[in-house]
Amino acid sequence: MIKAILIFNNHGKPRLIRFYQYFTEEMQQQIIRETFHLVSKRDDNVCNFLEGGSLIGGSDYKLIYRHYATLYFVFCVDSSESELGSLGLIQVFVETLDKCFENVCELDLIFHMDKVHYILQEVVMGGMVLETNMNEIVAQVEVQNRMEKSEGGLSAAPARAVSAVKNMNLPEIPRNINIGDINIKVPSLSPF
Amino acid sequence: MALKIVKGSIDRMFDKNLQDLVRGIRNHKDDEAKYISTCIDEIKQELKQDNIAVKANAVCKLTYLQMLGYDVSWAAFNIVEVMSSSKFTYKRIGYLAASQCFHESTDVIMLTTNQIRKDLSSPNQYDTGVALTGLSCFVTPDLARDLANDIMTLMSHTKPYIRKKAVLIMYKVFLKYPESLRPAFPRLKEKLEDPDPGVQSAAVNVICELARRNPKNYLSLAPLFFKLMTSSTNNWVLIKIIKLFGALTPLEPRLGKKLIEPLTNLIHSTSAMSLLYECVNTVIAVLISLSSGMPNHSASIQLCVQKLRILIEDSDQNLKYLGLLAMSKILKTHPKSVQSHKDLILQCLDDKDESIRLRALDLLYGMVSKKNLMEIVKKLMLHVDKAEGTTYRDELLTKIIDICSQSNYQYITNFEWYISILVELTRLEGTRHGHLIASQMLDVAIRVKAIRVFAVAQMATLLDNAHLLTGNMQRNGICEVLYAAAWICGEFSEHLENPMQTLEAMLRPKVATLPGHIQAVYVQNAAKLFATVLKSQEGNTDGTVTQDTSQLMIERLPVFVQSANLEVQERASCILQLVKYIQKLQQKDVEVAEEVSALFAGELNPVAPKAQKKVPVPEGLDLDTWINEPPSESESEDEQPKAIFTKEEPKHSRARHTEVDEKELARRREARKQEQANNPFYIKSSPSSQKVYQETPGVDHIPVIQIDLTVPLKVPGLPMSDQYVKLEEERRQKERAEKKKKDKKKRKEKRSGRGKKHDSGPESEEDITPAHMVDIVTEEMPENALPSDDDEKDPNDPHKALDIDLDKPLADSEKIPVRSHRAAEAAKSPVEDRDADGIATQLPKKKHGKEKREEKKKKDKDRERKKSKDEKKKKKHKSEEKDGDLLGAEVDEPVVQSEEPSQASEPPTSNSAEVSDLDFWLSNAPVPSNIQEVPKVAAAEAASAAEVISGGAQDSEPDEPKDAEMEATKPSKHKKKKQKKEKEDKEKKKKKHHHYHHHSDGVGEESVQNGTVEEEEEPLPSMSNYCLLAENSYIKMVYDIQGNLQDGSQVVVSVIFENKCDSFLKSMEFNVLDSLNSKLQRPEGSGPHDSLAVPFQLPPGVSNEARYVFTVQSIVMPQKLKGTLTFIVKTEESSTHEKLDFKLHFTCTSYLITTPCYSDAFAKLLESADLKSSSVRLEGVNMPFHHLLARICFHHHFSVVERIDSCASMYSRSIQGHHVCLLVKTSGQTVSIDAKCDEPMLLGNVLDEIKQTFSQC
Repeated sequence: MIKAILIFNNHGKPRLIRFYQYFTEEMQQQIIRETFHLVSKRDDNVCNFLEGGSLIGGSDYKLIYRHYATLYFVFCVDSSESELGSLGLIQVFVETLDKCFENVCELDLIFHMDKVHYILQEVVMGGMVLETNMNEIVAQVEVQNRMEKSEGGLSAAPARAVSAVKNMNLPEIPRNINIGDINIKVPSLSPF
Repeated sequence: MALKIVKGSIDRMFDKNLQDLVRGIRNHKDDEAKYISTCIDEIKQELKQDNIAVKANAVCKLTYLQMLGYDVSWAAFNIVEVMSSSKFTYKRIGYLAASQCFHESTDVIMLTTNQIRKDLSSPNQYDTGVALTGLSCFVTPDLARDLANDIMTLMSHTKPYIRKKAVLIMYKVFLKYPESLRPAFPRLKEKLEDPDPGVQSAAVNVICELARRNPKNYLSLAPLFFKLMTSSTNNWVLIKIIKLFGALTPLEPRLGKKLIEPLTNLIHSTSAMSLLYECVNTVIAVLISLSSGMPNHSASIQLCVQKLRILIEDSDQNLKYLGLLAMSKILKTHPKSVQSHKDLILQCLDDKDESIRLRALDLLYGMVSKKNLMEIVKKLMLHVDKAEGTTYRDELLTKIIDICSQSNYQYITNFEWYISILVELTRLEGTRHGHLIASQMLDVAIRVKAIRVFAVAQMATLLDNAHLLTGNMQRNGICEVLYAAAWICGEFSEHLENPMQTLEAMLRPKVATLPGHIQAVYVQNAAKLFATVLKSQEGNTDGTVTQDTSQLMIERLPVFVQSANLEVQERASCILQLVKYIQKLQQKDVEVAEEVSALFAGELNPVAPKAQKKVPVPEGLDLDTWINEPPSESESEDEQPKAIFTKEEPKHSRARHTEVDEKELARRREARKQEQANNPFYIKSSPSSQKVYQETPGVDHIPVIQIDLTVPLKVPGLPMSDQYVKLEEERRQKERAEKKKKDKKKRKEKRSGRGKKHDSGPESEEDITPAHMVDIVTEEMPENALPSDDDEKDPNDPHKALDIDLDKPLADSEKIPVRSHRAAEAAKSPVEDRDADGIATQLPKKKHGKEKREEKKKKDKDRERKKSKDEKKKKKHKSEEKDGDLLGAEVDEPVVQSEEPSQASEPPTSNSAEVSDLDFWLSNAPVPSNIQEVPKVAAAEAASAAEVISGGAQDSEPDEPKDAEMEATKPSKHKKKKQKKEKEDKEKKKKKHHHYHHHSDGVGEESVQNGTVEEEEEPLPSMSNYCLLAENSYIKMVYDIQGNLQDGSQVVVSVIFENKCDSFLKSMEFNVLDSLNSKLQRPEGSGPHDSLAVPFQLPPGVSNEARYVFTVQSIVMPQKLKGTLTFIVKTEESSTHEKLDFKLHFTCTSYLITTPCYSDAFAKLLESADLKSSSVRLEGVNMPFHHLLARICFHHHFSVVERIDSCASMYSRSIQGHHVCLLVKTSGQTVSIDAKCDEPMLLGNVLDEIKQTFSQC
């Protein structure tokens, strides 16, 4: 079982939180802070597993995370999940995001938290892995997006983040979550 | 102004969507909180609008704010509103918000039941999907109960997308509403074979999750999972299943045996590291569950360790980490296999990654031996010096102590060294494990008598240099060691060289800055030292020393009398008065030493920490009975104590306590403050205490200096542990030299003093004797103490409720409540819905709970009854067994049946049938891993089955079972008993066929593997697939060929070599002349004609088995391969080289693999056109039909699909995936077999072989 999925950036700002067990909002923020503290002080070339973290867990739980450019993807899982499998799952999730957002970057996650949630819902449901086939996930997400479009979307004015960014004059953030470039080493989880 | 309002209400309401909110927050970095609070106000306004689009937008923004940590539960009702929108877009937003912020105590959840039900049955699959996803996050017991049936229905939805979601959510439903597990389970099980891989994977996921918590209930699914494991190509599914098997094997060692082979194959074949790792993990679990010793097991361990080594050596830190993790599991049972990789693990200690270092540390724990302990600890000490960060250093410290103290100091040969290590550890800066070091010092000093002289000397130095430790003691707990030091010096003061000096050190004014409990020990032990000094000076006419000592005590103790700590104060004032009195006596020249030391006479014994708990309760004492009359329940809790105590014991302290009112308390507090203010020695805890402290005349003006000890100090007189390492090495060398001269007897005497002796260490280690006679005193335990602790399970574990027997047939009362509208339900007559929980749901909640409980109770009772029944049965079986004759089998059946009706309402147990199904599977299916045992067992079983059935035909069985499944399980029901009987037989004949099962390792009493068939004794010929390969006067070879489940082009030939002569056979080499079609697999690097060495030698009369893998291309034709076995016969005088030629016959049958097939799948298969048919008739077959089927199953690897009277359908599959279907009919002595297969040649050959089998008998 997956207990929680957290995405936050290099400064510990949450970009998506998904707890499969109830915590109060206050506790959730504390968990994010602690997890960020644990994860951020680790080098990029150390292992991706972390034990401990007093808030989440007990001895049966592990933090499994990946660091992509500006974002940390952290899964808190118990011993029934395979460690390498969970790493693979993070990879599947990120690659799916990349497909759905076309070269995903942090800004996409910032402005479309809801969409990220909808994608995640097709990967993990109630703490259990629902689907690992990326094409299947993308297909389901797309069908649902089409349905939304046919209904006119929310508030009828499609507001893409891109337009929002253009108006904002933000310091340019490198769009470098591109999986192809970073090429994180996935320990050959080949024929999933 | 008015315009602004209008603009605000229109623009903002409709324009500010999630993106605007995010952008706004990013633009208001400085006053984010303020900005968000205005946004929340806006959202509140928006939620008041009637427009659902506005509401949905608001809810969407709330979801974002929730992520930032804002409580949005106040909008729960609005979220429900949005959820119930008919538009998918809004519905999705609503459910997302609900899944983020609803939880069990959200009250509006009650309102959602009908909405969710509506969504679940929506014609749009995505509405359903969204509802399922949302529900998975906030399902409550009520929702689970009310919706369980709807979700059950969805498990058979036409769309796989819905099916997989429905399957997954069932797990959550089970957790919240355990009653639904049994009714839903059959369907869940069905989903394991769903055509859609996603659904299948979901079902595996759920069952694995269930089975992990209560594995024993899922053992009966093992065959199904096994099939999935060998057929699935989805790594996710494989990983889950393999993990599940890891949880199941401890419960069923036979399962483990069956697993090893396919798992090993997977390890060899897979390229996915995740899968490889899980396989290794499960193999380890299997090996742990099996009693080791079989030759192929050590090979498996070697394989695992070798693979793990590869992982650890990988540059990928993740693999390294996991490798170490898995290695630590092997370590528990096979320490020796891990110890050979010590170099690698020590290397990992230097890794930059802390997680990896910690893992490596864990491993070290199990790798130490007497030989390498010092070396390892030395290395760790180096790391302690280097370590950055206190957490890792503390971890190192605890590990050092763990390693040294494990198993009662098993590995320590030189305690002087250990004490000096402990002393060195005290110089760690900032550690919080002072108490740990202290308790070790105490433990060693108390339990190892021989070390006391040394320990006391060390502790005295430590006390003398206490200032080094206490430098920054405020910040750390290292001063705890002074507690130990003081106590040891005091208690064993007779060993002190210079007690005067130590006494002086203990009474230094600076001691007063130590924590209270340590000061107390100082004071108390100063008194002990005082007594020792007096005693040592006794008889010495010159009384100056004693006088001086008394004077010292009298001078120094007042500091402690003024201590704020009550304990210190009490002890100090008491001892001060005592010393004053003694001084008076001394001045009168009275001998007092004797009396004073009598104060501290006697030795303290170590008592086990659990001793108190283990004191057995005396007979007749019931700790749970009330001493007084229990208070009646009606009384409120507040009244209770008063009512009891004030009446009977008005002076009881508790009663008095309650009388103290607030005013009184305030008054006392005031008085105490006054008193404290007037007391110059009272140190206030206020920040100004420092000042007060310095002004007070009674306390010494010693500034607390913090000494920075970054450089490890070499304190004079404190020995460095390295010194001891060297000394120890020298000693060992000397000993080794001496040992050759000395006889062993002496050594034994020396060693017998050890309290505990472990014989797990390698032999060479045993040679290392401890430096001096070490007497480790064992801890005291009460008499009659029970040896084991019963560990309690967490009663709050939600999975406890799911510990449900799933094999029991469903009772009528166990249906998931089908709920329609409440009104309609109320109209129903109560009789109608008595069977369902429906009645409960329309009653108030309280009642429902009660009923549930009652039902549970009932179920429990049922379970208990069944258990007792099973036990009864077992007993019966046992008593029957004693007869030990063949009739036992036939007699037994009616007994069991007569028992069943007595259980009245209970349906016949399919439980035992299921279990024996499993037995059947575990012991029958021919998997090459079980080598020798399996065929034997299978033979025994088939024989017994046939016999029972034939007996059963004549027997007056009241209800002849009609369906094939019952028939199939029945024989196996008898099997157990039968095998037990056989075991008895076997025991009688043990001597006779001892040679035959010499290496069956006795897996347990119920192990069926040991059952061998006594050929002469059995009325029916036993069946064995092993047939003679070749034989001469020296050796006999029998062989069996099995298809490889994993690889379509491989078969495994198991050859049993039996030494028939009186000489030793060695250097056996096995060679086969390859054909174009079939080749013997030789290790890499060897040529195509090289022979393979048989991996064992054969002493006289012994047999052993070796396996060879052949690759085959075409499997449609049988073929023969020529081969030669060469070996050396070694006798006392000479050795001769011998040779034996043989022919390996690969029948087509050997390419078939027993594969279970279900009747529907079988029917489909037959309908498909591409199967060619063929048939054969067997005449004059004179055996019962069951027997015939058993033979086909056994010899030709078929499984029975269905059997109706004298007709049966059978199925098998070749290693290359050809389907072979048989329809076997019998009439009289004629048996006709109609067969279909997609490969006519293969079919023809198989039929020929079947015919041959029956012509032989």
